[in-house]
Amino acid sequence: MKHLDEYRDPQLAGKLIDKIKALSRRPVRLMEVCGTHTVSIFRSGIRSLLPPSITLLSGPGCPVCVTATEEIDKFIKLGQQKDTIVATFGDLVRVPGSSSSLQKERADGADIRVVYSTFDALDIARRNPSRTVVFLAVGFETTAPTIAAAVKEAKKERIDNFYIIPAHKIIPPAMEALLAGGELAIDGFICPGHVSVIIGADAYRPVADKYHIPCVVAGFEPVDILQTIYMLLSQIEEGKAAVEIQYRRAVNFTGNEKALALLSEVFETCDAPWRGLGTIPDSGLRLRDNYRALDIETKFDLTVPRTQDHPGCSCGDILRGVKTPLDCALYRKVCTPSNPYGPCMVSTEGTCAAYYKYHD
Amino acid sequence: MCLAVPMQVLELKENTAVVDMGGTRRAVRLDVIDRPPTVGDYVIVHAGFAIHCIDEEEAKITLQYFEEIFADETSR
Ligand code: SF4
Repeated sequence: MKHLDEYRDPQLAGKLIDKIKALSRRPVRLMEVCGTHTVSIFRSGIRSLLPPSITLLSGPGCPVCVTATEEIDKFIKLGQQKDTIVATFGDLVRVPGSSSSLQKERADGADIRVVYSTFDALDIARRNPSRTVVFLAVGFETTAPTIAAAVKEAKKERIDNFYIIPAHKIIPPAMEALLAGGELAIDGFICPGHVSVIIGADAYRPVADKYHIPCVVAGFEPVDILQTIYMLLSQIEEGKAAVEIQYRRAVNFTGNEKALALLSEVFETCDAPWRGLGTIPDSGLRLRDNYRALDIETKFDLTVPRTQDHPGCSCGDILRGVKTPLDCALYRKVCTPSNPYGPCMVSTEGTCAAYYKYHD
Repeated sequence: MCLAVPMQVLELKENTAVVDMGGTRRAVRLDVIDRPPTVGDYVIVHAGFAIHCIDEEEAKITLQYFEEIFADETSR
């Protein structure tokens, strides 16, 4: 396969850095949208190897982090309902809401269970037919098809005590919202790898065309990321704004057809609240009419009072790329992974957690 | 949550594959994978589902990297 050997060459990273240095003439700001890229970039020490002309910004790509406080509060209210089991991916449990967290609710007797997959939640529903089992459907386009599969299965098997609370987010509208905000100058996007496995790289064309920003879909190895940076720099130097794929072994332009078909059978887009970005049109997913009965809000009233975040927490600004954790007065002093004040310190993909672990 | 790790398919059942990651056997669902894998293929797994079948030559390299991450994560 073409370019395969390059990925094996241990010296390639060094060579790529030399090439990047040679090409980089003026200051550029590149945003890695995906939290897994953020962690990968920190872990491999790429930031310190790049020339000072290149700034890497972390974006809104950690699913737990972008979940709005009003959604967290709804999850907490859900945990307080009688005869209800809340099934969730692990990171959400420790995210602080306005006045509680799922973890605190669990200590007070709520039945909150961490699952690895949506089908684990379905199993819980099968084993507990007299109780209401609700899966907290948080995540991007990579996760949403797996939830669609579980929803479809629940309907088919008539597991009528299984529900979800849809809180999905779609990445490209958030990238557009960041740019439309005008608050941040970005010269290029390092686009998420596994979101793109599902949606295909064509999904970034509106961003590239409308805002004239180069977009390159990246893999997760250091060499993948360095090559991506090089590809972005080349585009910037040539004044281009194209959509390219560096992560060719996993991503194509049209995406995973099967997953996309499943997604659109079960979900339709809707406006969604994002932490730090407000409500973004068509950036969320709700169940289609045919599956609407599995939305827990058709059964329980989960409206919550006005939300309140910790006044010192800057997660919103960090998710927009306008601040780094170093600008937050609480960072490290009181806010740590064992005592997180905001979701960006809770999730392993959160920017604050990544800084805490890898930044001196 | 989004750290999708490539894993080798050891066995295929109806709608699941048994995959291997660093010696651990794990069943993953095949509802959303782009094309049906065969035994020996590597798949990208996300939250209990195989979402993509990747090229074996490429997978080995990616796998080494992820194994390091795995060791790092479990030793924490
Ligand atoms: S360091 Fe803590 S308080 Fe500050 S922005 Fe990050 S999560 Fe919020």
